[in-house]
Amino acid sequence: MTVPAKLDKRFRDAASAAGLLDAAYDVTDSPVGELLVAATDRGVCWIEFAPEETLDRLARQVGTRLLRVPRRLTAVRRELDEYFSGVRTAFDVDVDLAVVPVFQRHVLDELVRVPYGEVTTYGALANRIGKPRAARAVGGALNRNPVPIIVPCHRVIGASGSLVGYAGGLERKQALLRLEGAALV
Amino acid sequence: MAVVSIPPFEAFYEAHRDRVYRLLVHRVGRQQAEDAFQETFLRALRAYAGLRHAEQLGAWVTTIAERVVIDAHRRNRSTDELRESETWDGRPPHAELEHLAGELPPTERAAVVLRYGYDLDYEQIGAVLGSNATAARQAASSGVRRLRKELT
Repeated sequence: MTVPAKLDKRFRDAASAAGLLDAAYDVTDSPVGELLVAATDRGVCWIEFAPEETLDRLARQVGTRLLRVPRRLTAVRRELDEYFSGVRTAFDVDVDLAVVPVFQRHVLDELVRVPYGEVTTYGALANRIGKPRAARAVGGALNRNPVPIIVPCHRVIGASGSLVGYAGGLERKQALLRLEGAALV
Repeated sequence: MAVVSIPPFEAFYEAHRDRVYRLLVHRVGRQQAEDAFQETFLRALRAYAGLRHAEQLGAWVTTIAERVVIDAHRRNRSTDELRESETWDGRPPHAELEHLAGELPPTERAAVVLRYGYDLDYEQIGAVLGSNATAARQAASSGVRRLRKELT
């Protein structure tokens, strides 16, 4: 005898509604593979390309009270679907970067100004946050971006036009830039 | 002794939900089991961040479910009829304490086991018991007093 699906769902929704979770998450399909998407009460806090390995990492980041609550992720899943089908060029859902250290936060705040379909370089981004010599540190901050795709670290490339790196793998970075129609060398 | 790290709640829930559901159906019937199930895991979730170790989480959630059943009985019937249940799955909530705490009234027993067996603070125990930190502290200390009397 197993828990009826309806009861299981009822508990998940109740746990979320009672505000008892560090984050709610769901797993969703996308053209760049399965994504784990998680949100706190403040907004989307985590997107990960390798869902099966990621829950422990998320727990270390935001806390152990994690529960899969599909209903809570409906809005962000819809926006991601729209993005991947090419009809959405900007995200409206809130993002929660509360656990991100200050320097990285500066970088990511600046990064979200880079529009859909355009690219910038690590050096240019370092300039824009007033730290022109910090291109390498900017790269590190982007590499640890907890909310890729929505916070568009895929739009940052090397000065030579090479893709350089991406936490989700270069194929994914290329796929996202192609989707957005960015002009690549 | 290796410290077992606390798993994400989802993993804990998936590992124990079916067993807890079966226990509750067995104890209170299918209809009431639904509310009891939800209440059990909500209480577990309230106390989860306060857990100090991940040993015997199955027994821990059984203790909580047992409390939920007792509370439901209390609401439905007079407390006079209430009798302490056996441990359903044959595994004591905390082996070393259980033979000592087994004789205590249900609330005191739960408070003692959760405090000294699971190292929860009183706020967390209050969450599990469906009361508050003050009541949990009182239950644990009167449980300990009672144990002392029985041991001497």
